[in-house]
Amino acid sequence: MNILKKSAYAGTLESSDAYIHVSPIQENEIKLILESSVEEIYGEAIEELVVQTLKEMKINNILVKVQDKGALDFVIKARLQAAILRACESNEPVWEELS
Amino acid sequence: MKLRRSMLFVPGSNTSMVCNAFIYKPDTVMFDLEDSVALSEKDSARLMVFHALQHFVYKNVETAVRVNPLDSPYGLLDLEAVVRAGTDIVRLPKTDTVEDVLNMQDAIEKIEEKIGRTKKTQLLAAIESAEGVVNAVNIARCSDRLMGIALGAEDFVRDLHTQRTKQGSELMAARSQILLAARAAKIHAFDSVFSDVKDKEGFLAEVKYVKGLGFDGKSLVNPNQISVLHDAYAPSQTDVDWSLEVIEAAKEAEEKGLGVVSLDGRMVDAPIIARAKWTLELAVASGMIRE
Repeated sequence: MNILKKSAYAGTLESSDAYIHVSPIQENEIKLILESSVEEIYGEAIEELVVQTLKEMKINNILVKVQDKGALDFVIKARLQAAILRACESNEPVWEELS
Repeated sequence: MKLRRSMLFVPGSNTSMVCNAFIYKPDTVMFDLEDSVALSEKDSARLMVFHALQHFVYKNVETAVRVNPLDSPYGLLDLEAVVRAGTDIVRLPKTDTVEDVLNMQDAIEKIEEKIGRTKKTQLLAAIESAEGVVNAVNIARCSDRLMGIALGAEDFVRDLHTQRTKQGSELMAARSQILLAARAAKIHAFDSVFSDVKDKEGFLAEVKYVKGLGFDGKSLVNPNQISVLHDAYAPSQTDVDWSLEVIEAAKEAEEKGLGVVSLDGRMVDAPIIARAKWTLELAVASGMIRE
């Protein structure tokens, strides 16, 4: 089980990338704030991707802010996972949770 | 025939390049987790490459990853990620000895066994020191996973207490040794990057030079260098025409039960036929003729 110990971020605001900031919260829920240059078309898909990634990593209490600059799905996933592992202060990823 | 003329370096921390490198059609995309990635971004770049390797856009492209050294805090983590993600090749940084290759091979075997990967991850050893050049023959022969050896010129010239020049005399001994070692072991030989991306004439001159020496290809740092390199490695139309005639003459000789045949006054025997076949394979791969 991954436990968030602090706030952390990963990514950049460059084109094709995403800047993702995560924070632990008290409530047992997932709060997502999404800003995307392609939100109208892909907003729902990005939200689903974030929720699915959190589920795979067994994260239930988190605030996720995504600033998407037209990133491909795998980029968003990689940035979110990196931010979470940083927030968990984890140097040994469980690769089965990240595929 | 798998052509390996161009190996395009793609920094694992450069998202745009990671997403788009396949578009430029290098023979091999080489994601880098080592020198081009800042220490603070090693974790994030590793995850980026982990996912890129599994994405459908890289399914039909040969992929390699330059990992960090095993004696660094990042090497094993890199290896775990890229072997799991299915990279075709792992590029060893700074290969000085046979032990460097065998240690990497052992680490890869353990990961493959753990995850049940049946396709063997190949190895490419980058030789970047005087010690590595001196040991090149033994390095090239030490593992059946080794598909090639490559010269890393920037670190090599530093180790040699000199610097790179346009004419490349400082690399003469290393290039010769690496090429001979690779050919003796029947693996690929790759030349170093040409870093001055604005110097197109200098790049072309170096490509022609290393092609003439016998190198299979070069590592590249900029997508703009790919087409120049591929054009330089393509056979001439005269060579292609001659090779077609050689193959035709060889076919006729075989039908007549002859081992040797004459074509335009030149003897055509096994080495000439082998050379003609190789030229035609290169012509097919270069899009000059159909298979």
